[in-house]
Amino acid sequence: MRIRVLADPKPTTSTKPTTSTNVRNAGSLELILAITSRYKTVRRTGVDRFLLVLKVVMVTMITFGLLAFIWQQIDPDNPLASRLNSDAAGLSSEQFEGLIISGLSQGSMYGLLALGYSMVYGVLGFINFAHGEVFMVGAMTGMITSVKLEESGAWHNNFVLSLMFVLLVSIVVSTMTAVVMERVAYRPLRGMPRLIPLITSIGISFFLQNVSVVLLGPGTKSYPDMPEWLTQKRNIAGLQIEGTRLLVVVVAAVAMFVLWYLVERTKTGKAMRAVAEDKEIASLMGIDVNRIIVTTFAVGGAMAGVAGILWGVLFRSVTHTTGFLPGIKAFSAAVVGGIGNLGGSMAGGVALGSAESVAPLLILEPLGVDGVSQLRDAVAFAVLILVLLLKPTGLFGERLSAEDRA
Amino acid sequence: MKHLFAKVLAVALAFSLVAAACGDDDETADTDTEPAVTDTEPAVTDTEPAVTDTEPAVDDTEKIVVDEGEEIQIRSLNAITGDVAFLGIPIQRAVEAAVADYGDIHGFSVSIGNGLDDLCSADGGQAAAQTIVADAQIVGVIGTSCSGAATAASPLISEAGIVMISASNTSPALTSDLKGNAGENYHPGYYRTAHNDLYQGAAMARFVHNKLGLVTAAVIHDGDPYTQGLGKAFSDAFEGIGGTITGFTAVGKEDTDMVPALTELAVNSPEALFFPIFQPAGNHVAEQARTVAGLENTQLLAADGLLNDDFMALSQSEGLYFSGPDVRFGENRNEHTDKTANDFLEDYEANHGETPASPFWGHGYDATAMLLNAIEESSEVNDADQLVIDKAGVRAALTAVRDYSGIIGTINCDDFGDCGSQRIAVIHHTDPADIEAGKANVVFEYAP
Repeated sequence: MRIRVLADPKPTTSTKPTTSTNVRNAGSLELILAITSRYKTVRRTGVDRFLLVLKVVMVTMITFGLLAFIWQQIDPDNPLASRLNSDAAGLSSEQFEGLIISGLSQGSMYGLLALGYSMVYGVLGFINFAHGEVFMVGAMTGMITSVKLEESGAWHNNFVLSLMFVLLVSIVVSTMTAVVMERVAYRPLRGMPRLIPLITSIGISFFLQNVSVVLLGPGTKSYPDMPEWLTQKRNIAGLQIEGTRLLVVVVAAVAMFVLWYLVERTKTGKAMRAVAEDKEIASLMGIDVNRIIVTTFAVGGAMAGVAGILWGVLFRSVTHTTGFLPGIKAFSAAVVGGIGNLGGSMAGGVALGSAESVAPLLILEPLGVDGVSQLRDAVAFAVLILVLLLKPTGLFGERLSAEDRA
Repeated sequence: MKHLFAKVLAVALAFSLVAAACGDDDETADTDTEPAVTDTEPAVTDTEPAVTDTEPAVDDTEKIVVDEGEEIQIRSLNAITGDVAFLGIPIQRAVEAAVADYGDIHGFSVSIGNGLDDLCSADGGQAAAQTIVADAQIVGVIGTSCSGAATAASPLISEAGIVMISASNTSPALTSDLKGNAGENYHPGYYRTAHNDLYQGAAMARFVHNKLGLVTAAVIHDGDPYTQGLGKAFSDAFEGIGGTITGFTAVGKEDTDMVPALTELAVNSPEALFFPIFQPAGNHVAEQARTVAGLENTQLLAADGLLNDDFMALSQSEGLYFSGPDVRFGENRNEHTDKTANDFLEDYEANHGETPASPFWGHGYDATAMLLNAIEESSEVNDADQLVIDKAGVRAALTAVRDYSGIIGTINCDDFGDCGSQRIAVIHHTDPADIEAGKANVVFEYAP
């Protein structure tokens, strides 16, 4: 599952000779001792204190908000609620389900995108910011294909087959985009400091957005209507869930499984892991590093294509900036989950999507904050900050050696 | 001592160079050269021409002189790209039509140059306004399309002493609260032929409360001055006539997943949901509202920001009520160009191969005719065959407009630039396949 293989931590300063031994192999007690002794020798600065205060404030706010929410659910007219949030009302279980499902479906898409960020980071060690635009290209391709199919009547007559076709075309186009991007923009920069491909990726991102404007215009484009049997609510295991959202979650899970199988159970996957660990040694073992890197981009692009179609099915609209914010959120999700770790990225995506869906109503509204739904982006990035404060490597991340830290 | 003198001389010469370089465009150069005057004679003579150069510039701030053979410059500043292009493009075309229909002013033809884009945002409005005020020949602007762009453009246009007349800004903050208090974004020189949203809010509130008989409502806006202002106007009017607002929240313009915001409002199960926002956020609200528990039977209401062909063709727009300007212009005739709405629409279709995608073309046409007439009234040809336009006169002429007969009806300007006919209609859209029928299906009308 892991692309980035655990690297031996090396001492970052000379003040703590105790940690220069291999920490990974040390017993847990020794590990704790090593870490605490390290902390003792480091002087606390003003920044550390500030971060500590920030940690305490955020955790307190979350706890207090959750308690206020629970109290509000039990009794909307309780003294705290009437003081903070006078028009408080409890959520019904259906509404709560709706929130969770909306968060899960949005989070699955973040997760699929986060895989692409994570894989490229694992193999090449830089953040490919243009990945969000690969997703946009996938969604745009899906829009064009599905509109054409609707015009020919196939969309309504044979929806399932049409959707499969749209998915296929979209995967092909976004994969091609990612591969061409690697060949044209990143391969010539191989071996350069990793800040250079990073900045290049931002340039590619703007380039793809503007290509979309030139080819398709700046307005919002709509997908055709989905058939009613897909959009209606279904009763699944006691949950009222819309067919489209269910489809998103299921397809994301399937895509995740396929990726896991590819990385863990195939020869290509083994080669990818080897390249992630050490490119030079991998090439000495007879692995074609360039081919593996292209494969990594292709797989990431395919995942972005799937996410693009799911976006189209769910929201039915796409524009040239569609990839930007989801891209940034997915990158955050990858960091939250622990960048370089595929399972962690998916989990980070789902966690981030769910948090931005439920947290405004669960935590902020009971605290009496106005216009909470507008704060969803703030919530998403606050989650990122909180996770980085509490566990700098991300939820499932591993310690990186000093030379691996960008 | 000799060294000291050399230093002073060097500094003085340096100052005089600076003064010569930028002396004719600002006064700071003059004050910089002040110390040099006492030390060295040449510095004084160098700055002399700079002072005299600024003399005609003072005149420029009050009058615009158009040389013989040149054109009078006005500009169209509307949202002509992006999701809100449906709003600005018909207005820009109406400006072009009105300029052509109006003809020459004292023998001088009128040019609108290239159509400028307000991008429907404060950034776009500001950037375009800066371009406009940098050109001292421009007399007036027809725009902006979006209230958000006007909040940034209006102060710059006002400071430059020229005028802007918007065809589709409706935010009350840009003019007044209709009780004699200027709005927070009002600046002299701002006019509009569109209605003030206090009227549109009142119209929608009366329709919901009195005609539909619904007593609870919730509002979604997106933080834009237009959407927020209209949402607030609706809330105040609705509560004023005995209704209850159960929720007032905002979504982001770029948001796609509206379930959290809708759930926030659904907890109080409002009977009506008013979302005076734009596409694409409006698409998502209309579609997802039906799936949120507690909003299944809520009547959805939109406003003129979504009253366009793109949105009305979507399946989720079925059954919505829209408030907007009353476009049943009938036989109204613009008193200067002698055109009726039907004449305009015939020309429009002949020239552009489509009908206008949004309802503010009539407002743009009348606004342009009013501006041209104000220029005509406040300009004269001098002995050198130049046209001299008095900027303050243009403003005064517009403020004095009374009983002007336009395509949109009778136009009267108040002290804060509100010139609209203030006629609001609510339509019921029942069939996304027939947009024109939806637009014509007026179920409620309102005029103050």
